[in-house]
Amino acid sequence: MNIVACVKQVPDTEAQIKVKPDGSGIDESGIKWVMNPYDEYGLEEALRLKEKFGGEVTVVSLGPARVMETIRTALAMGADKGIHICDPAFDGADAYTTATALAAAIAGIPHDIIFCGQRAIDDDSGQVGSVLAELLGIPQLTIVTKVDVDGMSIKVIRPIEGAQLLIEGTLPCVVTAQKGLNEPRYASLPGIMKAKKKPLDTKDAAALGVTVDVKAKVARFIPPPARAAGKIIGGDDPTTKAAELARLLREEAKVI
Amino acid sequence: MAKGVWIVAEQRDGTMRKISFELASTARKLADQLGEEVCAILLGSGIEGIAGELSKYGVDKVYVADNAALEPYTTDAHATAIAKVVKENDPSILLLGASIQGKDLSSRLVGKLATGMATDCTDVKIVDGKFVAIRPMYAGKCYGEVVISSTPQMASLRPNVFPIVENPKAGTVVKFDPGLDPAQLKTKVLEVQKDTSGKVDLTEANFIVSGGRGMKGPEGYQILEGLADVIGATVGASRAAVDAGWRPLSDQVGQTGKVVSPNLYIACGISGAIQHLAGMSSSKYIVAINKDPGAPIFTKADYGVVDDLFKVVPELTEACKKLLAE
Ligand SMILES: Cc1cc2nc3c(=O)[nH]c(=O)nc-3n(C[C@H](O)[C@H](O)[C@H](O)COP(=O)(O)OP(=O)(O)OC[C@H]3O[C@@H](n4cnc5c(N)ncnc54)[C@H](O)[C@@H]3O)c2cc1C
Ligand SMILES: Cc1cc2nc3c(=O)[nH]c(=O)nc-3n(C[C@H](O)[C@H](O)[C@H](O)COP(=O)(O)OP(=O)(O)OC[C@H]3O[C@@H](n4cnc5c(N)ncnc54)[C@H](O)[C@@H]3O)c2cc1C
Repeated sequence: MNIVACVKQVPDTEAQIKVKPDGSGIDESGIKWVMNPYDEYGLEEALRLKEKFGGEVTVVSLGPARVMETIRTALAMGADKGIHICDPAFDGADAYTTATALAAAIAGIPHDIIFCGQRAIDDDSGQVGSVLAELLGIPQLTIVTKVDVDGMSIKVIRPIEGAQLLIEGTLPCVVTAQKGLNEPRYASLPGIMKAKKKPLDTKDAAALGVTVDVKAKVARFIPPPARAAGKIIGGDDPTTKAAELARLLREEAKVI
Repeated sequence: MAKGVWIVAEQRDGTMRKISFELASTARKLADQLGEEVCAILLGSGIEGIAGELSKYGVDKVYVADNAALEPYTTDAHATAIAKVVKENDPSILLLGASIQGKDLSSRLVGKLATGMATDCTDVKIVDGKFVAIRPMYAGKCYGEVVISSTPQMASLRPNVFPIVENPKAGTVVKFDPGLDPAQLKTKVLEVQKDTSGKVDLTEANFIVSGGRGMKGPEGYQILEGLADVIGATVGASRAAVDAGWRPLSDQVGQTGKVVSPNLYIACGISGAIQHLAGMSSSKYIVAINKDPGAPIFTKADYGVVDDLFKVVPELTEACKKLLAE
């Protein structure tokens, strides 16, 4: 089975995000970069399917030179080869453009299942997996917590508001991973050593035949609205504090 | 030229979902500023009867496709039908819910319509005749104003953030053929397992009582359930509580859990780690109950109680019961 895992490099979840004074972007200095947490679930599932059915896992990542580290991490976890899409032309690319580049890279290699994260925790757009599926003309199974493959048929579980769906689809398809799918492994020391020798291709926009046509643009970045300092409720004992809280919620906030 | 503000209404089992009214009300506001019409797309089987409900919130025209292949929801069938009616009518703005279904559908439509979308928006407006969408990024650590240069300009709206405003119109219903070829439909819903608790999902809840590691164990949640019953809330949890196995994964609020926007979020025994705040900081009112006065949650809370939650929560439940009985 040929499996592709798309991985994006994102700021660590602990990172403090500062908007540049002119609102043109965020200040990237001092940011620690990690693999998007949802992509770890996708990659882990890809590795498990390979262990079960044999075949190959290719990781694909679009981004600047530093993204190479994330691809190496994926190779150290057990992926077989990497494709790095790297071109300054993709700076500020929207979901559509990103998916176009990923689709061009993936169309050129055998693929039965493509894993993406359900969303990237930086831009939080959650579009790339679906746009990729549309561009490749294959079905998508998004935000899934369980994957079961049998021949050319795939069954997944997708939790929705107040219910869970069991959905069946056909391969090839795109699956987007949600927390709960599995417990991602760590890269082992021998894995890290082996990763250094694994094939890693770099491609630019011209090599992929992709032209950049940004349709959604962030015109201005703004810091989050500040929350005014709250009230600490005084009182001698839990009973008075609770009564005062209830009163404030009713009379001041008018929520209950 | 593209014209009209369109929404994709969402129904489940023949009942219109609340997000549909949020979308309709928001679309009405935008359309009034542009002097345009509001149209809705409604898909499903046996749903024509509920189309009229949308007119109460300002929809002029509802495009309905009533077809067995559209029930239950699948990406294939819905995205195909919507792309068809959108291409035929060329709206300038298309709004969907950033619900689980809406996220799945809207992203596929971005591919089909080759357009741009601002996802999970907390505000949308018309500035100098142009559509601008505001959305949280980096888990709410910053916001972006998104402009879209292709049509339709798509945006998905975060549930529970946009007000529902009544604005009755003499709406009309237009039936359309979704143009589905069953051979093209590659996914199928085999089974729907309903949660029978009857509780509102966290992403749509108006009130949330949430507990973290400070709850000490699964039993601790009984006192939160008690408070939730009195005020009509849904119970949530921090990742620490979920990872400890005290609560199911579906209860997790945060960056890798659910993003919630209730009117009231009561955080009990939750320290307020940056990843937790990411999921709940767009709540209208935040209450924190924590015995550590230095817990970061207090920097976000509108009301804070520094004390043992096991003593405060039962008292709060009683106090609320009394107030609500008055
Ligand atoms: C702060 C900010 C806000 C933005 N807001 C919008 C917006 O509202 N609408 C819009 O269209 N564009 C927006 N953009 C453009 C944004 O860069 C693209 O959306 C982005 O390229 C892809 O979206 P995402 O990172 O949110 O990925 P998602 O769609 O959230 O990612 C889902 C999955 O796709 C895969 N994937 C995504 N990117 C890559 C990659 N580079 N390499 C490999 N795999 C990848 C991963 O598996 C990932 O888990 C924004 C950009 C910035 C910087
Ligand atoms: C990649 C990544 C993603 C993450 N995603 C999420 C996420 O989506 N959601 C999330 O919540 N976390 C997430 N986390 C975890 C996060 O960093 C914190 O570890 C977690 O939120 C802590 O949970 P907590 O506040 O319940 O526990 P703690 O930080 O241990 O806090 C417990 C609090 O309870 C208080 N307390 C204890 N006993 C009592 C008592 N009797 N009365 C009153 N107060 C009491 C303590 O003072 C303390 O403040 C993520 C972490 C990573 C690395």
